[in-house]
Amino acid sequence: MAEETQRPGAGAKKMIEVEELVTHYGTRLILQGVSMDVRDGEIMVIMGGSGSGKSTLLRYLMALETPTSGAMRILDKDIADLSMKEMFALRKKLGVAFQGGALFSSMTVGENIMLPLFEHTNLDRQTMEIMVRLKLEAVDLAGFEDLMPSELSGGMIKRAAFARAVIMDPRILFCDEPSAGLDPVVSSALDDLILRLRDAMGMAIVVVTHELESAFKIADRITVLDRGKILFIGTVEELRNHPSERIQNLLNRRMEDDPVDPDEYLRRLMGEKMQEGATP
Amino acid sequence: MDFLERVGRATAHSFGEFGFAGVLVAQSLFWLFFGPRLRQPVRMGAIIAQMREVGINAIPIVAVLSAAIGAVLAMQGIISLKKFGAESQVTFGIAISMVREFAPLITGILVAGRSGSALAARIGTMKINQEMDALEVMGINPVRFLVAPALFAMIVMVPALTIFSGFIGLYAGGLYVGVDLSVSMDAYITQVADALDAGDVLHGFAKSIAFAVLIAIIGVMNGAGVQGGAEGVGKATTRSVVQAISAIVITDMIFVLMATQMG
Repeated sequence: MAEETQRPGAGAKKMIEVEELVTHYGTRLILQGVSMDVRDGEIMVIMGGSGSGKSTLLRYLMALETPTSGAMRILDKDIADLSMKEMFALRKKLGVAFQGGALFSSMTVGENIMLPLFEHTNLDRQTMEIMVRLKLEAVDLAGFEDLMPSELSGGMIKRAAFARAVIMDPRILFCDEPSAGLDPVVSSALDDLILRLRDAMGMAIVVVTHELESAFKIADRITVLDRGKILFIGTVEELRNHPSERIQNLLNRRMEDDPVDPDEYLRRLMGEKMQEGATP
Repeated sequence: MDFLERVGRATAHSFGEFGFAGVLVAQSLFWLFFGPRLRQPVRMGAIIAQMREVGINAIPIVAVLSAAIGAVLAMQGIISLKKFGAESQVTFGIAISMVREFAPLITGILVAGRSGSALAARIGTMKINQEMDALEVMGINPVRFLVAPALFAMIVMVPALTIFSGFIGLYAGGLYVGVDLSVSMDAYITQVADALDAGDVLHGFAKSIAFAVLIAIIGVMNGAGVQGGAEGVGKATTRSVVQAISAIVITDMIFVLMATQMG
């Protein structure tokens, strides 16, 4: 925990609490009793390989799904108990920068960023435009408000997505694979942007990534997911010094073979469906 | 057993689809009437933009096809009635066919091809680009933001286009009748007015509203069901056109059956 106190803005208040979250996709078990929390002002990085369940976990953290088993509290609100009105109120306090940006292709960059203000506030147009320019300045995209998303590069789309995600000054910002598809220089600049946004706005940030370098640079704490279960939660230092062979393999990018159940393997070869409860 | 299971699954799936369609219409109405109270109104700007796309931009093609159909009705009518020496009665056939049948049908099919498919492609693309998720997490309900404006634009513009189509078709038919049977346009208009009653106009109008709802909901449902990237969007777009046109023709038949049985 020493690492957390060194980071600016890292506080003890829990912004998100997940307890024993179990999720299925059809009959397939995805998350198997995941418990974690995200604290105010910290950057929590969620890592894991393909099929580890990190994208599913992110959807639950963003309140896009309601848990059927386990409990989820976001900003002290139990997600399962929220009315539609309360859910709207909660969502105004969350910002999301999606993997591909998810900018609306029919709107300009400025209109994209202004949309949450337009939908949720009674501000006049001029004030909204000023706020849009402020956020574009913050992500180094000043002067790009009149361009269409199709006219931006990959890195610029991600930065515009960050500007839209923080336009309502959210309490929690979610970033889905911010480095995906970018070259190392642009990727590193986005890491700096995430740190800068946290320092400037003091929000909690949840980042899903599989880039170790990026995770070590920005994380206050790291959650490692493996086959739908939490393998590790702790600081970067704790992760680096962890004695588990499985974690060290992950850090050294070594693939670890899954233990093979001969009966299950034979059934798969015969074309039978995976057993209920089997991990992906 | 396998066959029965498939039939059972397909039946359950169909009921699910109908349920989803009902929910979309109900939610759109909810947002229209109760959205302002939740400070989440359906934006008039979005409805007007959709109306322009669905209605105004379709005027040229609706005009061309309606004129062609009107002229064809006149030509075929004259040929078939000539056998009985009753070609002077052709106006009756043109008026009834155009107002009750062809105007709503041609308009419905055109709007399904132009705007229903565009709606499916737009929503499908938004889904695969995570734009739907983005709306959701921004606290913007996708039904209010996307579905309700499209639905209400269709409900206004499809009947409006149908009326326009009826006028153009009747006019084109009148031009041909004038040339072939030497009937003046004034006399033709009087014959059309005598041939039609309010029930005929209402019949075509009611059908056009039903077609509008079908086109919008089928477009949205196919768009929302997109899976598998750009190829999925293409499939959903095609499926949306085929389903919408099939639904229009079958609904038309049911309408006509009910109208004729009920007198």
